[in-house]
Amino acid sequence: MSESKPLDFTAFRERIGDLRGKEYWRSLEELSRSEAFDEFFQSEFPQQALALSRGVDRRSFMKLMGASVALAGLTGCRPPQETIVPYVNQPENLIPGRPVYFATAMPLSGYARGVLVESHMYRPTKIEGNPEHPASLGATDAFTQASILGLYDPDRSQVVRKMGEISTWSEFVAALQPVLAEARSNPAGVRLLTQTITSPSLGAQIQQLLAQYPGIRWHQWEPVGGHALREGNRLAFGSYLNTIYDFTRASVVVSLGSDFLDEGPGHLRYARDFSSRRRVRQGMDGGMNRLYVIESTVSSTGSVADNRLPVRPSEIEAVGRAILAALDGTAAPAAAHGEFIASLARDLQANRGASIVVPGEEQPPVVHLIAHAINQALGNIGTTVQVIDSPEVAPVNQLQSLRELVTDMNAGVVSSLIILGGNPVYDAPADFDFRGALGKVAFRAHLGLYNDETSLLCHWHIPETHYLEAWGDARAYDGTATIMQPLIAPLYNGRSAHEILGALLGGLDTSSHGAVRGYWFGRGATEASWRRWLHDGVVSGSAPAPRAAAVSTAVPAPVEGNGVGIEIEIRPDPTLYDGRFANNAWLQELPKPQTKITWDNVLLMGPRTAEQIGFGAEERSKLFNELKTRVAEVEYQGVRVQLPVWVVPGHAEGAVTVYLGSGRAFGGKVASGAGTNIYPLRRSSAMQGGGGARITLTSRSPYPIGCTQEHQSIDPKVVGERGIVREASYETYLRDPAFAQTPPHGEVVAGLEHRNESLYPPFVYEGHAWAMVIDTTVCTGCNGCVVACQSENNIAVVGKDEVVREREMHWLRIDRYYKGDPENPQVFHQPVPCMQCELAPCEPVCPVEATSHNEEGLNDMTYNRCVGTRYCSNNCPYKVRRFNFFGYSDYETPALKAMRNPDVTVRTRGVMEKCTYCVQRINHARIEAEKEGRRVRDGEVVTACQQACPTQAIVFGDMNDPQSAVAQLKKEPVNYALLGELNTRPRTTYLATIRNPNPELVKAATADAEHH
Amino acid sequence: MAENDDKPVHEVRPTTQEMPVPARYIPSPTIEPGHSFATITDHISTIVLRRKTPLGWLIGFTIALFGVGILTMSLTVVVAKGVGVWGINHPVGWGFDIINFVWWIGIGHAGTLISAILLLLRQEWRTSINRFAEAMTLFAVASAGIYPALHTGRPWYDYWLFPYPNTMGLWPQFRSPLMWDVFAVSTYATVSLFFWYVGLIPDLATLRDRATNIWVRRTYGIFALGWRGSAKHWYRYEHAYLLLAGLSTPLVLSVHTIVSFDFAVAQLPGWHATFFPPYFVAGAVFAGFAMVLTLAIPARKFFRLEDFITMKHLENMGKVLLATGMIVVYAYGMEWFYGLYSGNMFEVFMLKNRATGPYASMYVALWVCNALAPQLMWFKRFRTSTFWLFVVAMFVNVGMWLERFVIIPVSLHRDFLPSSWGMYHGTIWDWGVFVGSIGLFFALLFLFMRFLPMISIFEMRTLLPESQAHAKEGEAH
Repeated sequence: MSESKPLDFTAFRERIGDLRGKEYWRSLEELSRSEAFDEFFQSEFPQQALALSRGVDRRSFMKLMGASVALAGLTGCRPPQETIVPYVNQPENLIPGRPVYFATAMPLSGYARGVLVESHMYRPTKIEGNPEHPASLGATDAFTQASILGLYDPDRSQVVRKMGEISTWSEFVAALQPVLAEARSNPAGVRLLTQTITSPSLGAQIQQLLAQYPGIRWHQWEPVGGHALREGNRLAFGSYLNTIYDFTRASVVVSLGSDFLDEGPGHLRYARDFSSRRRVRQGMDGGMNRLYVIESTVSSTGSVADNRLPVRPSEIEAVGRAILAALDGTAAPAAAHGEFIASLARDLQANRGASIVVPGEEQPPVVHLIAHAINQALGNIGTTVQVIDSPEVAPVNQLQSLRELVTDMNAGVVSSLIILGGNPVYDAPADFDFRGALGKVAFRAHLGLYNDETSLLCHWHIPETHYLEAWGDARAYDGTATIMQPLIAPLYNGRSAHEILGALLGGLDTSSHGAVRGYWFGRGATEASWRRWLHDGVVSGSAPAPRAAAVSTAVPAPVEGNGVGIEIEIRPDPTLYDGRFANNAWLQELPKPQTKITWDNVLLMGPRTAEQIGFGAEERSKLFNELKTRVAEVEYQGVRVQLPVWVVPGHAEGAVTVYLGSGRAFGGKVASGAGTNIYPLRRSSAMQGGGGARITLTSRSPYPIGCTQEHQSIDPKVVGERGIVREASYETYLRDPAFAQTPPHGEVVAGLEHRNESLYPPFVYEGHAWAMVIDTTVCTGCNGCVVACQSENNIAVVGKDEVVREREMHWLRIDRYYKGDPENPQVFHQPVPCMQCELAPCEPVCPVEATSHNEEGLNDMTYNRCVGTRYCSNNCPYKVRRFNFFGYSDYETPALKAMRNPDVTVRTRGVMEKCTYCVQRINHARIEAEKEGRRVRDGEVVTACQQACPTQAIVFGDMNDPQSAVAQLKKEPVNYALLGELNTRPRTTYLATIRNPNPELVKAATADAEHH
Repeated sequence: MAENDDKPVHEVRPTTQEMPVPARYIPSPTIEPGHSFATITDHISTIVLRRKTPLGWLIGFTIALFGVGILTMSLTVVVAKGVGVWGINHPVGWGFDIINFVWWIGIGHAGTLISAILLLLRQEWRTSINRFAEAMTLFAVASAGIYPALHTGRPWYDYWLFPYPNTMGLWPQFRSPLMWDVFAVSTYATVSLFFWYVGLIPDLATLRDRATNIWVRRTYGIFALGWRGSAKHWYRYEHAYLLLAGLSTPLVLSVHTIVSFDFAVAQLPGWHATFFPPYFVAGAVFAGFAMVLTLAIPARKFFRLEDFITMKHLENMGKVLLATGMIVVYAYGMEWFYGLYSGNMFEVFMLKNRATGPYASMYVALWVCNALAPQLMWFKRFRTSTFWLFVVAMFVNVGMWLERFVIIPVSLHRDFLPSSWGMYHGTIWDWGVFVGSIGLFFALLFLFMRFLPMISIFEMRTLLPESQAHAKEGEAH
């Protein structure tokens, strides 16, 4: 590495960056950088330190990204082609201004989520879910939505590098020849390291390679996403099988530490299925399902649970055992949580064959075994729980696989290592010392989207294609395969894994298209079926049939001694995953579902634990106003990490949670320096953490946190008496369906009675009257809608400093409120877009008529008319208006220009902006309808948030059409207007939250409270 | 005059009191005895026409210019970078910008009130302070004008707020109180300027006539508009002045009424209150008189104007301070009454948050400054002490700024939905513009004191017994 000269490159980029020096005044939002980070960074990557030495402010990052793109142009990469004469022959399907959609799939940890990609003039601009795809059903999550920014990210690796210097693909292919020669002579020295692979074609290529060079070894490593699940299923079923769940048939669902609504390859589908049993409507039958969640940290699933039991991570296993025992009747429930377990067991008994126990992906294997043993005991297997062959090409114990690789590397056995994707230097277990072992390999090549920690330590780095740039295929959670088709030619000279394997297999010019097509045509595809698969986004009949499987009944005895002291739980980050999305500014700035924190990872703990470490409510109240928090030192397995402390009501006491994925040392300007790296705490012996952590509050000065919602200070009474959140149990609902219409305390509070009086006759909306209803019962707060909105409406990112200054720009935010015991509260999610008030307070106060009402009831914004007095925002009771305090939108970076939705204005500095119910989509539908001489049909206009929502909590349509879904929902007795007493007459209304707690436990809790 | 530049001509005061009369029976004069037409003219015009600029003035002006420099720099940053350099954020869309705007506009009230309303009410004691107060008004309005003009996100489009025919086919939105502001403030500024200028004409002529330097004479001559003091001139002048006074009078009430509409028209708890117009007007007069005192007390001392700005003036202003202060305190009380009596939870919360929330200390300070401090004015001892008057006036200056802080950001920072609550702090650029606007105000004021008669010469002359007697004689004829 020492002879590498990346300095030249850096200097070049900086020079280009400086050419636009006059734009520097925008550089305000400096990302936070600690000294420790700098020190670490410089000692680890001295040759790259210069790039960051000037400080990582967002603007200069954007500018550098622009420079990178310019550089990419020099090296012959293809930005979208510009033509200066009109087409002589118009290409087929290309109508300027009208998008075309293509079906493909986004792989995450190997597993596919089907998507439809909106393409404007061959530029992909927006990701939607594919309704035909079983893992999506039309929904998308935040990762999928944000992947469009990942495609255009100018920080992506753009050139082949040899020892850090610019090289070429052909040179790399030439460099592979000695490796292949060695593969013949010493096959054991050649290793392939991939992530989890479900791609049949890639799998076939690897198998072919292994056959061609017997002795080459293939290792797999994926830091999160299924280690425990894989091993758990093997423990339960004897081999690597997968379980899939059918929540539409489950009346009782028990989660043993599982966040099945927001994590895992099938979560979008599961959320949809689960919510289908929770849509409480007048005249519905079948009742509401009931969700029990036993978990430590508050997950999205836990936040919507009907009964939630916060326990330390190590106790989940014990609770599972107790449930199993209670079902068998072999043992009385343990004393701890006895009542909960007994009631839960009775509920499960009553719903045999119509219940599911879901073990958490990250739970230890034995929990999976216990969960499936319970499922088997209840007769759920084969009904609500299906067992299929694993969709993975070669499921292995990846921890073991990586361990073997590291052992061999250290032993000097490995002479060539080809890393296809992933970032093991950053994310391998700390005790493996992958970095040290890697240095002993003579030939190391890395294929990756970013020039990251791993590529820095490799001789060769090949830029990887984004999934929207290359052909591929992948299987969904249920095994359904999708052919992934590219939407755009590789922006940054990327190469796919198929191409590298092709080169290894000796093909000089293997294309990923050829590899994928060849695979499927070799398995009976025809041109017609191929085209249909591409069109539909699924390969028909590719899902494996459920198979019979018996769960081993030999549950190993519990291991004693686990979980002493404070337990630490290590989880993937809800917005950054394992760190691969760390350079995605949308995801960095996405408020984490439970904490609403952006740009940082923190140490999560319950209120009592916080008190124990000396950060009680009183200490916190000194800081909350300033959006600051104290920093604690975590000592775990001899490693110390300093993290800001954050208190989450409902977090199990005696345990803390940390998220992986932050604190990247290298790999893009956004990623570098945001948050703290947790991987040093993660050891192969305790991948999900364990007991024995020591937490001490440091005396470091309070650390600013970019939290988008004020945290501990809110007097719970305020939320209740204002009727912001209205909720009741299902029992109450059955008794009094109109509970949401009466004020929360049952008495008429002055100012809450509805008197929608006006001196003027009401405006009659004769045409359409657009309206929205949001069902807060099924909202899980997953954030899919927030990123969808950001992507659809070209919403800018502001950076941590600006979030700390309360200037985030999201048009749609998800408010979170708590109710009840701070140690186990009920959590409520309330997505708040613009209410589109009929009597909008913002409109009359604008002096230049930049915001006005249209005849369909939309509260329109005329951006180029706005002078920015901010009066409208002051007068908005919902505070949904967002002001461009600075020029947040990046006007310079060419790649980001290509990403934007051409139908939505990119707002300049000094302009107010807000949700418009995706007016561009309404207009599109209106034009189509006018061409056909008809009204816009119900369901024809789908807002971006609605489209993304996995639980279909958001319904949009024409209120004037009595048959429309939205008009029907507005008639529901639980429909209420937020702050309706202000007579703003909001078009967005909410369906009150209905939870279905076990009545036995409610009574017990009430009795308990009275007893105290 | 040339050999005795700095000294007023009169030095000897005749003692008129032979018999000891208890002091309380002697009415305090609006002009000290012993003055003649000549001494008044001499004394006031000398301040302007003397050659040597006093060192104190130079120091003061330099400091003020430094403030103007800060203003220029801060506004450059604000315009170049965006209003994001200020502390405003999502719940709190208005901060120092509108606080300072309202504060300055309030200060700008005393001038017109003193000039117009007191003129119409024939309060003769106003004469010696009206010019000064009017100038203060103009400069305060100038300082105030910075804020609405530059607080917008895109100030280069501010002209869209004016109704003028344009090719964009757009017209301002007249339902917005900000539109009303545009008219109220610009009308007020225009009428105040005219009123001030018309009042200056006879004095400009006096300066023209007394100036020895030809350029000075010509300059004053141009602005004196050919005033010769003929009976016809006086006749027309009196009519014009009275008409302008009549025009200004409703403006005194309207400007701050309309400024208060910026808040009263909004639905935000803490803003949405029907009593805002009288509350704001009283507050404005309160603030204005406090500022007149703040400026008059040192100026009177520095320029030896004790004979013209007498204790009677100061005492009267102290009384006005007390009266308007009590109205303001009443309004503070009414805020609580309305809030609590309404039972509206948002109002009740707003009050509770003011008194106990994160900005409670500012609210307490507001009460101390605006409610407690003026109570001293009940006592003649304090009312007739320049020191105490100055102290109370300073308290009120601060208090009125705090009042606007409490009304604007403190109401905004916690409104209806707790999820959007936040905090507000001024940044260095907020303070820069604020301090800078004070600098601008004083710079203009220093220029005024140097180049224009700060007390109306001809009106002072009408206060002399001679002119009174003459008038009475005339009536008798």
